[in-house]
Amino acid sequence: MDTNSVNGATVLEAYKISKQVSSPEGHLTILSELSFVIEKGETVAVVGPSGAGKSTLLAILAGLDLPSSGHVILNGKNLGELDEDGRALVRAESVGFVFQSFHLVPSLNALENVMLPLELAGASDARAASHAIIEQVGLQDRWRHYPAQLSGGEKQRVALARAFATEPAVLFADEPTGNLDSRTGENIMNLMFELNHNSATTLILVTHDQVLAGRCNRIIQLDAGLLVDDSRARR
Amino acid sequence: MNAVTFALRSFGREARSGEVVVLLAAVALAVGVLTAVGFLTDRIGKAVARQANEVLAADLRLRSQQPVPEAWRELAANFRLQTAETQVFPSVVYAGEQSALATINAVSDNYPLRGAVRVADTLFGEQRTVSGTPPRGEVWADGALLARVNADVGDLLQVGEVELRVSAVLTYRPDQSVGFASLAPSMLVNIADVPETKLLGEGSRVRYALLVAGDEQDVNAFYADIEEQLPEEIRASDREESSEQAYSAADRAQRFLSLTAVVSLLLSAVAVSMSARRFMQRRLDTVALMKSLGATQQFVILAAVTQLMLLGILGVLLGSVVGYAAEEAVAWLLADIIAADLPDPGAMPVLLASGSALVLLAGFALPSLLQLKHTPPLRVLRHDMMPPAPSRLLVGGLALLAVAALVYRAVGDARMLLILLSGIVVIAAALYLLGRLLVAMLGRFRSGVGVAWRYGLANVARRGRASAVQVVAFGLGLTMLLLLTIVRGDLLQGWRETIGDDAPNHFMINVQPHEIDSVTAIFAAGGVAKPEFVPLVRARMATINGEDVRTRKYPDPGGEWMANREANLSFAAELSPSNEIVAGEWWPEDYSGAPLVSVEEEAARETGLALGDKLVFKVAGQDIELTIASIRRVNWDSFQPNFFMVLSPGALDQMPTTYIAGLRLGDEQQAVLVALVRAHPSISVIDIDAILQQVRNIIDKASLAVQAVFAFTLAAGIAVLFASVQSTIDERRFESAMLRALGARKQTVFAGVMAEFAALGLAAGLLASAGASILAAIIAVQLFELPYTFNPLLWVAGIVAGVLVVCASGYLAARGAINSPPVEVLRAA
Repeated sequence: MDTNSVNGATVLEAYKISKQVSSPEGHLTILSELSFVIEKGETVAVVGPSGAGKSTLLAILAGLDLPSSGHVILNGKNLGELDEDGRALVRAESVGFVFQSFHLVPSLNALENVMLPLELAGASDARAASHAIIEQVGLQDRWRHYPAQLSGGEKQRVALARAFATEPAVLFADEPTGNLDSRTGENIMNLMFELNHNSATTLILVTHDQVLAGRCNRIIQLDAGLLVDDSRARR
Repeated sequence: MNAVTFALRSFGREARSGEVVVLLAAVALAVGVLTAVGFLTDRIGKAVARQANEVLAADLRLRSQQPVPEAWRELAANFRLQTAETQVFPSVVYAGEQSALATINAVSDNYPLRGAVRVADTLFGEQRTVSGTPPRGEVWADGALLARVNADVGDLLQVGEVELRVSAVLTYRPDQSVGFASLAPSMLVNIADVPETKLLGEGSRVRYALLVAGDEQDVNAFYADIEEQLPEEIRASDREESSEQAYSAADRAQRFLSLTAVVSLLLSAVAVSMSARRFMQRRLDTVALMKSLGATQQFVILAAVTQLMLLGILGVLLGSVVGYAAEEAVAWLLADIIAADLPDPGAMPVLLASGSALVLLAGFALPSLLQLKHTPPLRVLRHDMMPPAPSRLLVGGLALLAVAALVYRAVGDARMLLILLSGIVVIAAALYLLGRLLVAMLGRFRSGVGVAWRYGLANVARRGRASAVQVVAFGLGLTMLLLLTIVRGDLLQGWRETIGDDAPNHFMINVQPHEIDSVTAIFAAGGVAKPEFVPLVRARMATINGEDVRTRKYPDPGGEWMANREANLSFAAELSPSNEIVAGEWWPEDYSGAPLVSVEEEAARETGLALGDKLVFKVAGQDIELTIASIRRVNWDSFQPNFFMVLSPGALDQMPTTYIAGLRLGDEQQAVLVALVRAHPSISVIDIDAILQQVRNIIDKASLAVQAVFAFTLAAGIAVLFASVQSTIDERRFESAMLRALGARKQTVFAGVMAEFAALGLAAGLLASAGASILAAIIAVQLFELPYTFNPLLWVAGIVAGVLVVCASGYLAARGAINSPPVEVLRAA
């Protein structure tokens, strides 16, 4: 049995979340009453065509945005009941991010980028811990380099190291291989699943990539804001 | 880890990024420019003031009919002040059989404390500056006096009971008055010779004076100390009551310098606010990321403010170095006009400039930074998410408060502050509204132009608000520079006119009507054109509208003095060119009706006179009733003979009239004066060349200062434009890469960017010309009391400068963006 499979503890619960925005054409429904529960250690792919609402869902689950109705409980905290700072604290404690366009701070070198969330969370040994994880992603020789001096794959490795550095309860990834060629993308995927395996983190990723989605043990499929399929892989 | 530690630790890393460097540069520039301008204004202001003090030969003069008490000299010494004494009295002097009335100026060793005495070795010969006073037993006598008594250098003059040898011809002493009060020619003698003349006894008309000079603060402290116990009969005078001309030039120069200080302040403010905007925009992504990684609002704010403070401190340190260097350079450049013995300004200009820069940073950058705390963390996923715009009231209020505080400190004048601030607010608002309007209109033109212009104009229109903000920044910068250009031009022009090359350098007074022909003949023989003889009749005012002038109440003490003194009346058919009618009408040239009078504006105000009032003057025992027909403004700076009261022709017929005339004599024509004074001993010739020279000196220094400060501000202004283009550079970089990726040639992209800048420059230039014209008109009239003339060239200059400068700084700033390889830019995005 896969060690990453369900072990019974709920880490994230979405309850009837909807999102509407007003646009010049009137109200636009982006998400419509989505409900699901994600258990600790699951790897979940959110898939669907462009405009299906994948990124909006990710933003709401991570507390970057609030739903128009419904609620999200992340690691035991109801995000809707928290103010922006409260949600920031939840993120600092239990969330990691990997973005399609990496989002490294250009003025910080690789190591310093990894240290950032540790420092924000108040870790005392940020530097040592960051060195360790930089080594895990294979950049021990390049930690002094700035983002501009790194290739796309290397940038995403730094982003992965940063995401896993705080050992978050949930790691959100938004098209993590979207900006990379297939070969580099595969390497990054391997690395991500390896890190996830080692740290028993819950992984929620938005992707177009069928191969990447196929490596997750659960696929949530959206279409036009509706949850059209939620299936667990049986491997 | 708390936010402050985080901010301090990450500052080093952040400092490597471009936007920090730009903001740092803006702060450093502000400190540098403000220091240099502050230093310049301090130095030059003091140099000009000191020059103006020459007319007293001191910084402060205490005059009395009684000897000035010894205790005061000691008090002055206690305040580390230099002192000198003078005694001035009239006496008849003899040379053989000849005699003449002279004004004896007896002076002590240190005289003069400000300025220098000049003498010549022969009558009307080449003059030279001397230090010190005549030795005992010697006298330096005015050429007119020597001519009258038919004496020359080397001869003996009998003064009271002593004989003094003439060792030089006195041509200039700093405290000689330009007025007509001291009719008798003067001579300078050593004060130690006075007792032996036995001229000073009971009832002699001596005016004693104590001259005081030293550091401004010491002089003020000394004056504050004696002011209370100053007896009635002792009059203290500082430069403000002395030479009108010298002082008004110095005063205007000071006002211009403070105006320049304000302009550089405002330019710095615009630079700081533009670069702060970019600083804020560049940090949005990082802040969004930090928030997504769990940073709280307080953390974001605290970190940002800490970094801003650090940045301020660094900028100030850097700017101080620049400022000190600029100070040294300025001092070196202006070495000959900045007196070496002026007290060193020390760290004061740097401290003031640093304080000002920090206030600017707080006023202009803080609102932008506070906005950062509202950055939506969602921006990490959706790049177009922006924090809500900060309250305009907060932004405008803070900025205005910062500017008001600093401007007030610079000008120290509530009225000027109000004019300037309301001008700035109105212009900024008008610039913004008109900018938006122009931007909207420009957008409509784009269908009729080529691809580059279409792209450029579309950009202007698309950036709507941002474009308008840029127009405001460009426009304000340009307005300030244009304003300074106009005011500077007007000032220099006004000064040049004041002391034109044809301004008279001598005055003849006391010319009798029958002497005019003979005098004209002497001049004709000496190759001098016939001067214009202006009639003068001595009179006393008796009543105003039937009311006795002695018992009347006056709106101003000056009016009481004016009405009760012996008045000099003149009459004329034509209005003098240095006069301007402000109320009523000047009489026709052939007027021959009831006597009319034209009164000088200030005299009318102080005495409380209005058009139609009836004045009665007593002239040689007769009463003449006059009706006020007009009020005149007189340009007293013109050095032309001018009068408070000018009467209609015929009003003073049959009255005892003498004439005065202004003369312009070249160096080689001085001999004519010897002939004149010998033939007509009763005519007095006053040489005002020296005082003219003195006023010219002041004006030259002030002009140079004005130019130097102007150059500094110009540099700051260009830096502002550069900063404001820099603030949009990221967007431009991306767009140009994108266009080139789409197949646009580099040249097309470039032309598009230039088209955008040209459109912005045109809009800014147009608006700045309008703004500067209005502000200049107000400032010229209100502050400099100069007539304002509308100058259409200004508009051409404004528009051309707007387009050129904006395009040039735009080119410099955007060049890198356009040239960078598209693939790099797009990959980095």
